[in-house]
Amino acid sequence: MTVSLILIVAMMAALVGWLLRQSIAERPWVAASGPQSAPLPAGFTAPRVGLLAFLAVVTSVFALTVSAYLMRMEMGADWRSMPVPGLLWANSTALVLASLALQLAWRAAARDQARRLRQLLAAGGGFTLAFLAGQLLAWQQLEAAGYYLVANPANAFFYLLTALHGAHLLGGLMAWTRVLARLHGNADAAWLCAGVELCALYWHFLLLVWALLFGLLLTT
Amino acid sequence: MAEREYDASRYAPPAEVEEMELPHARGFISKYVWSQDAKVIAIQYGLTATAIGLVALVLSLLMRLQLGFPNSLSLLDPGSYLQFMTMHGMIMVVYLLTAIFLGGFGNYLIPLMCGARDMAFPYLNMLSYWVYLVSVLILVAGFFVADGSTGAGWTLYPPQAISPGTPGIDAGIVLMLVSLAVFIVGFTMGGLNYVVTVLQARTRGLTLMRLPLTIWGIFMATVMALLAFPALFVAVLMMLMDRLVGTSFFMPEMFAAEGGTEHQGGSPLLFQHLFWFFGHPEVYIVALPAFGIVSDLIATHARKNIFGYRMMVWAIIIIGALSFVVWAHHMYVSGMSPYFGFLFATTTLIIAVPTAIKVYNWVLTLWQGNIRFTVPMLFAIGFLFTFLNGGLSGLFLGNVTVDVPLSDTYFVVGHFHMVMAVAPILVIFGAIYHWYPKITGRLLDDTLGKIHFWVTFLGTYAIFYPMHFIGLEGVPRRYYAFGETTFISDSVQALNAGITVAAFIVAFAQLLFLFNLAWSLRHGRESGPNPWQATTLEWQTPHTPPRHGNFGEELPVVYRWPYDYSVPGVKADFIPQNVPPQAVEREPDAGRGGDA
Repeated sequence: MTVSLILIVAMMAALVGWLLRQSIAERPWVAASGPQSAPLPAGFTAPRVGLLAFLAVVTSVFALTVSAYLMRMEMGADWRSMPVPGLLWANSTALVLASLALQLAWRAAARDQARRLRQLLAAGGGFTLAFLAGQLLAWQQLEAAGYYLVANPANAFFYLLTALHGAHLLGGLMAWTRVLARLHGNADAAWLCAGVELCALYWHFLLLVWALLFGLLLTT
Repeated sequence: MAEREYDASRYAPPAEVEEMELPHARGFISKYVWSQDAKVIAIQYGLTATAIGLVALVLSLLMRLQLGFPNSLSLLDPGSYLQFMTMHGMIMVVYLLTAIFLGGFGNYLIPLMCGARDMAFPYLNMLSYWVYLVSVLILVAGFFVADGSTGAGWTLYPPQAISPGTPGIDAGIVLMLVSLAVFIVGFTMGGLNYVVTVLQARTRGLTLMRLPLTIWGIFMATVMALLAFPALFVAVLMMLMDRLVGTSFFMPEMFAAEGGTEHQGGSPLLFQHLFWFFGHPEVYIVALPAFGIVSDLIATHARKNIFGYRMMVWAIIIIGALSFVVWAHHMYVSGMSPYFGFLFATTTLIIAVPTAIKVYNWVLTLWQGNIRFTVPMLFAIGFLFTFLNGGLSGLFLGNVTVDVPLSDTYFVVGHFHMVMAVAPILVIFGAIYHWYPKITGRLLDDTLGKIHFWVTFLGTYAIFYPMHFIGLEGVPRRYYAFGETTFISDSVQALNAGITVAAFIVAFAQLLFLFNLAWSLRHGRESGPNPWQATTLEWQTPHTPPRHGNFGEELPVVYRWPYDYSVPGVKADFIPQNVPPQAVEREPDAGRGGDA
């Protein structure tokens, strides 16, 4: 559980550190003294804080699964590492491109470049779908090569981790669809920019998660 | 404190909270069914949790009948005993306590106490309740499938949870696991709302250190739940795969011979680590909101500021953080290294320090307070005793050497029921008596409430105190019948019969409470907006019950903390949080001293 503990301690430490700064100098029992409002740093809007909190939850999910992965490796004598299909490199490239496209889409949204935004947003979704299709193909290749889900815990963890990651991307695609629909419905620019921004940040996060998972699969 | 000049611009800085657009209800369905109003969602959560909690209560009574008067019930066999026990535990911990504290009180109180119009994401909030309801329905479906619900025990330990011979091995366990996964998804939707609303939607002047402790408790519990529930989520997914697909995350090789799937090398211990990584914080997910609420009940009904507010806040935070590093104290007998056990015993005992600080502070708040023995106050004081007793037996179990012989005995049952069942339930009752007037505009009947309190308080002691003695005799828990044994004395059966009688009396008192809830809705005395003369913002709303949007045209501005009770030199014995310093009426001879 070391991985989970480190991450959870880091998240807790960030929260506690922030709370400490908010509270250390306060004398709450004194009416109307001291700083009257303690806003979050500029730019921390409700949706951004919401996304941040959600990313903490997702971090916890993946950290715990990876902890279980590392513990299970040690616990049984039956662990046989699985070869990582070469296709995953291509899939990873697709996810990098998706993330990049959404980052550029965010910039286009901020500059109110509607056409460019539409293209980049579509590209972001397209690359993500390519990534997901590639992951399914990798599953098929592994099945064909005899690396069944139940054959070995290493295989089971591979399928579980990739499925969890894919499911989170699918959830992201639902948000992406909503932004796309609003874009076609001529939603107001500020809303669009905020929506695209959340998508981009979420994609970057899932790219980071995938990089760590991929690294884990390659090295163990 | 030094006198200060009043400068309006310092007290009410420009609003940093933007007005939010509220999805106002257009008809009955959108007002009471698909409602996006946190208050309605809170009531939906509360009613659903109470309903499923009553099911769990009935299950416990059936089990008690078997234990007190063996074989008196023909419908209960050893299998169904295990099923009832499992469902009772899981429902009470997850579907009642977690849901009612966070989904119920969280939804009702966070926006009101923070001076907000509603939750930050009302649609997601509504979805959270409906997903919770679906999870409850999936869980209940377990009663109706061919092999019944699972009998794996609420901890769902593999391999027995998914091995032949355990009741509910076909559909029951699958429904339980799916229901838990759905619950966690629903909770996450709500939890994000609670956290963001507390951080983002507080009204002007309401700094974090001016938040009522109720909100601190709910906030920290939510943060913990958001980080801890994923452990259960992952464990549930992996066990579902072991059960449905035949993977070997948790299932060891020996079970391949049982005619099941071809498992090999799985680790049951891995499940225990994941489960308790969630399971122990879960204790505090239930306890922290109770700590917060009881602090507010005690301060309000003792007419005294809470002793050591900052200490109380930091104790909540420290308890929350420490609760993530004690999980293996549930696993002392799992065969782990004794050094590991020592480490976890140490962290477990360290938690006693902030917890003891809280207990001392509650007692010191009561000290020389102008105590009003209202029903909420009775429940709050009842909580103090019960929590202290349950906590002390926890010190026994936290030590490895003492825990080993007591493990899996009725001592454990007595301990955790005192500390995390009865204690939080007493707070829930106190909170319902306290906030019912805000929710309905009427007071609950006082006499019925007092009868309810005394029967519940004394009755639960009659139930759970003797269990400690039964446990000390070595009587194991989770047994349908004990058969012929030499180590169990005859008095155990007498105690068991007594416990069962007490359990039925306590259950009857709950009917009285339900009657009170229903009767007072129509016939209760009108409460007015602030019957307890409380300071927090929910009591300062222009309408009782508050309407959608909570505060009418203007959001309140906060000038002070929520514990200005019996301030020296001030006429009234309480000053609401939204009263500016220059509006405070003082005693003629008091001058302008004090901090009010």
